Amino acid sequence: MSVEIEEKAAAIRDPRHPEPRHEPLVFERSGEGKVGYSLPPLDVPETVAIPAALLRAEIAGETEITEVEVARHFTRLSKLNFSIDQDLYPLGSCTMKHNPRVNEEVARLPGFAAAHPLAPEEVSQGALELAWSLERMLSELTGLARVTLQPAAGAQGELAGILMVRAALTKRGGPRTTVLIPDSAHGTNPASAHFAGYKVRELKSNARGTLDLHVLEEAMTEDVAALMLTVPNTLGIFENQILEIARIVHAKGGYLYCDGANFNSFVGIAKPGAMGIDVMHMNLHKTFSTPHGGGGPGAGPVAVAGSLVPFLPRPTVERRADGSFFLDHDRPESIGRLRTFLGNFGMFVRALAYISSYGNRIGEVARGAVLNANYIRAGLTGVYHLKYDAPTMHEVVFSDKKQTAWGVHAMDIGKRLMDYGFHPPTISFPLIVYGALMIEPTETESKSGLDAFVAAMREIARESEEEPQIVKTAPHTTPVRRVDEVGAARNLVLRWKPES
Amino acid sequence: MKFLPISDSDRSEMLRAIGVSSIEDLFASIPAEVRHSPNLPPPLSEIEVRRLLGSLAARNANARESAFFLGAGIYNHYVSAIADQMLYRAEWLTSYTPYQPEVSQGTLQSIFEFQTHICLLTGLDVANASLYEGASALVEALLMASRLCRGRRRAVLSAGIHPEYRETVRTYFSSLGFTSIEVPVKADGRTDENALAAAVDDDTFAVAIQSPNFYGVVEDWQIGSRAAHQKGALSVAVVAEAVSMALLASPGERGADIACGEGQSLGVPMHLGGPVLGILACRAEHERQIPGRLVGETRDAEGRRAFCLTLSTREQHIRRERATSNICTNQGLMALASNIHCSLLGKRGLREVALQSHAKAEYLKGEIAKIPAWRIPFEGPTFNEFVVEGPEPAAPLLSRLARRGILAGVPLSRWEDSANRFLVAATEMNTREEMDRLVAALRDRAGGRGDREVPHGDTGGTGDRKVPRREPF
Repeated sequence: MSVEIEEKAAAIRDPRHPEPRHEPLVFERSGEGKVGYSLPPLDVPETVAIPAALLRAEIAGETEITEVEVARHFTRLSKLNFSIDQDLYPLGSCTMKHNPRVNEEVARLPGFAAAHPLAPEEVSQGALELAWSLERMLSELTGLARVTLQPAAGAQGELAGILMVRAALTKRGGPRTTVLIPDSAHGTNPASAHFAGYKVRELKSNARGTLDLHVLEEAMTEDVAALMLTVPNTLGIFENQILEIARIVHAKGGYLYCDGANFNSFVGIAKPGAMGIDVMHMNLHKTFSTPHGGGGPGAGPVAVAGSLVPFLPRPTVERRADGSFFLDHDRPESIGRLRTFLGNFGMFVRALAYISSYGNRIGEVARGAVLNANYIRAGLTGVYHLKYDAPTMHEVVFSDKKQTAWGVHAMDIGKRLMDYGFHPPTISFPLIVYGALMIEPTETESKSGLDAFVAAMREIARESEEEPQIVKTAPHTTPVRRVDEVGAARNLVLRWKPES
Repeated sequence: MKFLPISDSDRSEMLRAIGVSSIEDLFASIPAEVRHSPNLPPPLSEIEVRRLLGSLAARNANARESAFFLGAGIYNHYVSAIADQMLYRAEWLTSYTPYQPEVSQGTLQSIFEFQTHICLLTGLDVANASLYEGASALVEALLMASRLCRGRRRAVLSAGIHPEYRETVRTYFSSLGFTSIEVPVKADGRTDENALAAAVDDDTFAVAIQSPNFYGVVEDWQIGSRAAHQKGALSVAVVAEAVSMALLASPGERGADIACGEGQSLGVPMHLGGPVLGILACRAEHERQIPGRLVGETRDAEGRRAFCLTLSTREQHIRRERATSNICTNQGLMALASNIHCSLLGKRGLREVALQSHAKAEYLKGEIAKIPAWRIPFEGPTFNEFVVEGPEPAAPLLSRLARRGILAGVPLSRWEDSANRFLVAATEMNTREEMDRLVAALRDRAGGRGDREVPHGDTGGTGDRKVPRREPF
């Protein structure tokens, strides 16, 4: 009996495993002489005009497989994934919301998907206008002067933002040495500050979970280039003293950087520019619903105040008096390029479609996200420990403190949620909450969906107390059981190898 | 609003459960003075969204409706219908980074397969789960080399590396105290090997060469490897046209330690330059310094094969400012597209696409070289792209041709002072008829401008307003 049928037979006998769970590697499906493509016959003379020493032999180990088998392989693999379209995917900070399908459709129009970034400007006006319009919309939503769309993801946006700060300070006299970052920040913040050439000083949060103004005042010297602040922070708490924070930073000549990963909680309601924020990246795949695609592509536009405009990455998109658009490469104070071409243009198409769909009602996104998160918070308060009880916006961070008494940890709770048909929340982040369960439902969940999630979480709390073993050994119904991640790092197998 | 599933009565119940009287109460911590309603147009329906985006798309020339010869780092190659249609599946499209392996085996296994394809193509041992795109992939490769040669501060780059890649390197290096030295290409279009070797010193951590280089000329990675290894530096192979790897000697077999670049032409549409697909591979001994996500094979609690993200202690969410990179996402969906594409084409198809691209480019190059007053300035062997030099400034000529439905090439004047030169790329997507049309158009333009007398039947075209002549061949 083949392995697959053996597995299927076992699956049928085991009610927990309704589906076969294992799919061979595409390389293991390969069979000599099979073909999965077709090309027209060559209509020019065949030739290889390259010296033999610079040519390779055949690609040993590459596949030989038909389209039929490829279709089955990738369809079966896909069924091993959880997705938003299946159910609630409450990964805190990641903003897993519904991805409107019309956005996918328009992004595939030949004028976008089959267009080239270096085509002459006269035959690229639609693309340039799209980028220009998206910039205007993001500028309006942030209340900041200009926006670069170039960064490929949030982390690259952070780097772009801090490099612009560095360029501005250098012009003013010196780049300074340090960037201040609260201990609740995303890991990309310190990493980006480091790659922009700065030392990182971590600021301890206060008992409310927000920035301590005394700590900030003491740390904010004329050696500090910027404060990188996530608004609202990773606990979902809005820095209600944001205006005072901006005043302290600006008084010492520093810049206020906003990590806009959580912009979805106040987009269309308040403007970062009005808060005194000088520079802010946004994640188009979070606030503006471009699909996460199993880990990218993202896009990380950066909005800046007027003082940083000269330093924007090159090129910018500009409009002439006659209404035509062009790329301006002649920006002598620019920090330069962070990548090729204009950026992740396909994501701009989707984001523009998304913002246009909401238009002046885009604040509904934030209202829905904050309502849903607070509803979950209300449903789980008392059942799970809430370290910080300040009001929260679009996400809420509980911990496993109550459940650890029974030996159940945040990871176990997350894994057990899989058995109830939900994706786990973000686990063990932010670092200032030990055993964190960071829950972000987003605005695209229904009340009944939230009720089901809350009921599952309450049931897991009960199980943790009464039958902890079932939680500690979860998941029980997923395509694979708990995966040995330690073993993977110890004995690295990072590729398939042909049998020699 | 069709994306908001909370009804009015749901909302009232939810507010009651929360214990507030209105949603506005939940926003109390945002100071009143920073509140603003956005000045945006009213919401658009789905039909209007289609109309708006459709009208913008219609104003961009595209490869399906033109004779198309643009390259310079983004290429128009065959993508099977199934590669894109598979991306529509919600399980691929609407999932995220596979942090929870038990419910992400599809994405994890696909990345593992992608890593394998990249290893096979580059001839190296380890590849990561992908990076943003080619230029930042080169940066990550160089920073990786700098960590492996700690204390050194210089990278030596061939001037044959894509100018936007080099500019990106300068941006990243500016704040890190690293410098990049650029070594020119010779008259035949290849990197000057002697100058390269001379530029490498004890402070050099990496030597990087692109092949085919920006001018389309095929280089030998070995000159980079030799120059680097004599001083204990690492050799970095840059690839901007990934299809070439199926025909040309791989970075691994020619001594490169790290390969990086742009994988777009392996199954990713051009997308106006993004999203595309950064690739990075290295030798096994350097695997713990490779940045970005990595998927490894392991076992589940029942002893079955399973996959998970691994070596995450290199990454920013654990290591913070001491991470190997600030990168967080990869290009998951593009890596999937590339995995599907490479699997479909496989051993023979990848090579056939490369061979056809090369043969077509050779044909086109030969035909253009026959036009009086036109020449191919670089003699070095080329893969599927080459520089041509005409008798007049390239940029206006290319704009005129574009209006006639021929996207003939990319002017070098965008990056350097060579007004009459442009890059022409050919792939398996081009037909001989299209190529002949391009050649005829170039001949017309040259003749029609009166620079050279080219009697060629009834030369119709001179002015832009003239209706394009029907193809006479």
